[in-house]
Amino acid sequence: MSEPAITPALVAQHGLTPEEYDRLQAILGRPPSYTELGIFSVMWSEHCSYKNTRPLLRTFPTRGRSVLVGAGEENAGILDIGDGLAIAFKIESHNHPSAVEPFQGAATGVGGIIRDIFTMGARPVCAMDSLRFGPITGSSADEARLANNRRLFAGVVSGVAHYGNCFGIPTLAGEVGFDPSYEGNPLVNVFCLGVLRHEQIARGAAQGLGNPVFYVGPATGRDGLAGAAFASQDLTEASAQHQRGAVQVGDPFMEKLVCEACLELLATGAVAGMQDMGAAGLTCSTCETAARAGTGIEIELSKVPQRAPHMTPYEIMLSESQERMLVIVHQGREEEVKRIFDKWDLPWAEIGVVTGTGRMVVKHQGRVVADIPAKPIATESPVYEREAREPGYLAGVRAFTLAGLPDTTDPTAALLHLLAWPTIASKNWVYRQYDHMVRDGSVVCPGSDAAVIRLKADALPPRPAAGTETGGAPPTVEKFLALTVDCNGTYVYLDPYEGSKIAVTEAARNLACSGATPVGVTDNLNFGNPHHPELFWQLRESVRGLAEACRAFQTPVTGGNCSLYNQSPAGAIDPTPTIAMVGVIARPEHITTQWFKDPGDVILLLGPAVDPADPLGGLGGSAYLQVLHGQKTGRPPRCELDQGRTLHEALRSLIYGGAVKSAHDCSDGGLAVALAECCISHQVARETPRLIGAAIELGADGSGTVAAPNPPRLDALLFGETQHRVLITTTALDAPKVRAQAKILGVTATELGVVGGDQLRLRAQGQEWRWSVVELHDRWWHALARAMA
Amino acid sequence: MRFAILQFPASNCDQDCLHAVRLLGHQADYVWHKATSLGDADAVVIPGGFSYGDYLRCGAIARFSPVMQAVQRFADEGGLVLGICNGFQILCEAGLLPGALIRNRSLQFRCEQVFLKTAAHDAPFTEAIPPDHVLRIPIAHGEGCYFADEPTLAALETHRQILWQYCDAGGAVTEAANPNGSLRNIAGICNQARNVAGLMPHPDRASETLLGSADGRRIFESMAQCWARRRAA
Repeated sequence: MSEPAITPALVAQHGLTPEEYDRLQAILGRPPSYTELGIFSVMWSEHCSYKNTRPLLRTFPTRGRSVLVGAGEENAGILDIGDGLAIAFKIESHNHPSAVEPFQGAATGVGGIIRDIFTMGARPVCAMDSLRFGPITGSSADEARLANNRRLFAGVVSGVAHYGNCFGIPTLAGEVGFDPSYEGNPLVNVFCLGVLRHEQIARGAAQGLGNPVFYVGPATGRDGLAGAAFASQDLTEASAQHQRGAVQVGDPFMEKLVCEACLELLATGAVAGMQDMGAAGLTCSTCETAARAGTGIEIELSKVPQRAPHMTPYEIMLSESQERMLVIVHQGREEEVKRIFDKWDLPWAEIGVVTGTGRMVVKHQGRVVADIPAKPIATESPVYEREAREPGYLAGVRAFTLAGLPDTTDPTAALLHLLAWPTIASKNWVYRQYDHMVRDGSVVCPGSDAAVIRLKADALPPRPAAGTETGGAPPTVEKFLALTVDCNGTYVYLDPYEGSKIAVTEAARNLACSGATPVGVTDNLNFGNPHHPELFWQLRESVRGLAEACRAFQTPVTGGNCSLYNQSPAGAIDPTPTIAMVGVIARPEHITTQWFKDPGDVILLLGPAVDPADPLGGLGGSAYLQVLHGQKTGRPPRCELDQGRTLHEALRSLIYGGAVKSAHDCSDGGLAVALAECCISHQVARETPRLIGAAIELGADGSGTVAAPNPPRLDALLFGETQHRVLITTTALDAPKVRAQAKILGVTATELGVVGGDQLRLRAQGQEWRWSVVELHDRWWHALARAMA
Repeated sequence: MRFAILQFPASNCDQDCLHAVRLLGHQADYVWHKATSLGDADAVVIPGGFSYGDYLRCGAIARFSPVMQAVQRFADEGGLVLGICNGFQILCEAGLLPGALIRNRSLQFRCEQVFLKTAAHDAPFTEAIPPDHVLRIPIAHGEGCYFADEPTLAALETHRQILWQYCDAGGAVTEAANPNGSLRNIAGICNQARNVAGLMPHPDRASETLLGSADGRRIFESMAQCWARRRAA
């Protein structure tokens, strides 16, 4: 079979620069074969090599007492959660595939991240997603565009649902946002968390000379050819058309079998190393496992199960067919492997051997088609310090004042508008399509600030000799984890540094509201083309803010994903560093939800009503400014990390003291939206919300927090998004004690009112507004279903 | 009492069923789909999931597995068999229960808490449920719309085989309370001999107050109560 000649044009087509090509030749000591060129192109894509981001990522805090496997070491980081137990978690993007084929793009994104987790030897127990789309509501003149955004939204949600539901893990939390910047380039970030015992950590290393290399899972086809390279370029109509074949097709049924078989196999001790074939398929898994172990690997491609006839070595090496694993087995224990794979009726093949040469040798029918030193290609990819320049638009953002903006005259309508705004509205249309209860651990389901999962013995992978039985294992201490995923891309666009701090802080605040202490972060950096200095500046500033905030909250970054090149012909997306944060809840009685509980309970605001040092009073970048005034501008609220830390620690102390009946974070839409959500977000069952009203008086407390030098504007008071605020309730009896304690803990607690009735009544500055909780609920709960009908 | 929990490839509520049954103090063991015997099981639970990927049709492939032959014999001899969600679909496909489960009327997967009215309290799966007690149990399915022709539905009613119906919080069987378009709001039924039952909601997910509801225990408790009475007799 003749292979194409290596020409500069072919090199360019593979996304390699002339300098990179020179470096490649220097590593090989000769020009590459066609297959080798393909291998280098995917290994040195941004998706696999982080060549544009590595210097920035080094600034993240990645160490900590509880870090068992740190960022970048393996497929996912691992944290100790005590009692011999550990958690593996990671987030990953599937943005470009989802833009081209939303259902399969999202489904295979879920599949990929689940594989990353069980590859570490952990049993996957829950998933989360963070999604962004172009607007789904608006003027009928834009109907074609809106309809396309709705198509992508519906397709992605059903793709996530399909894969997670069938595999059998709860998709327990998530977030969905809508903004014109995501039109044509939706974001699909998916997170998975798994559980294991310390001694069960598996490594993706090709250890042990002479150990056989097994291929497990379905046959390799031409689907997903070079998907990693596709993800590492701008998305255009032409590239989308051309790359339709780069989207893979997922089979969650196969993944479930592969997962169970791999966990069972790991329990036997026969496995020397294991790695999934994700991005860059067989290429990445072979050279990374060899590079990690400092060994070599030799494989024969004719032994690889193939779905299509006449596949070339190039195609076999670069295919991203799903649900495949590479397993390195201790010599002499091959029979155990075969027995388990046969039990699960899984295809397998012995395709190669671990060598001591340090080289990745690929043969096809005995002929060498690639012979590359493994370590350099996996670890010595080029690294770029890109040029950064502050974007021009920021001057206008900083110059924005409220001077020309009339204060609100109709808060009643404004609140109803905000509650129905798709970004703020209830996401039940999404999560009711996700199985969020399978595995019997969902203590707090989607709809509160953070989800809470209970980990019991059967969340662990099987132990040796126990086989698939988990019942025989000694008692395992139950654990409670809280999970959240957050990012307000508008803030990050308006101020990448401050906005990124807010993303981390809001995640930490959500966890605190649920009663949890954060333990770690995984981040998904969704940005535009790094060759564009203004976009690279956004990235650099954002990473600076993330790193600082993660240090402040003592949450090491255990890994994550960089998705650059997120832009459509209309421009780049709002920079969106998605933060998934995991926390531990020490005792089940600390678990706290956001909704009001009982009539007569007292509502307290922890933190300031309005930040007196913010000239925009928290309205910069706010939902209110976008929805009611059609403006996406202004400096976002300030985020003093010390203030956040003090608030979260105080809140947890109050929760531990047992007096807090509900806790809800104030974020998008400000105080008014947060109060409304407390009244309407408790869903007992289908068509059965538990609605409860409240009577609120703002500024009556006399504590001075509300009375800034000048009385704040009403819009800032009701809808401003000042940071570091939480609404809690306590019994009337406990309220004075809680206020006193809060003061000692360094946080102002202002009494706002009382829970009860069937209306939300709000008095401020001598006026009063009333909303029926039924109407509030109707607007908020059904908004997405109405938009999608 | 000893429960056998069947495991098909891609059963994914097998662990949940084992957990729920053991919480009640009973024994529970997995039985692999290739097994030809149920051992000394006193009752069988066919758990939820996506057996064999639900390719072709939910439950359509599982019915041909070796273990289902054993379940058929066990049921013929009067043994108690409960199918939950995918397990209900398998029992219908296998002909152990009448009717079929088709795609939800919304054409979407639905996961939410629902209320159930117990329509017949004299079955081995319902006898421990207090009269007038509305159960709150979650559903999670894409194909849970119960469908049968009129004569079959009439026969179900005549023989009081409808065990559970979707209802509102007050126990009223309403259109709004029906999450999937099931005819007669049917959530679960039993066979004429009353020893085989299936339901779409998940009692295995409603067996602890920590998870929001312990109503599902009543169904497993009913089975245990019936079994204990039979054994005493």
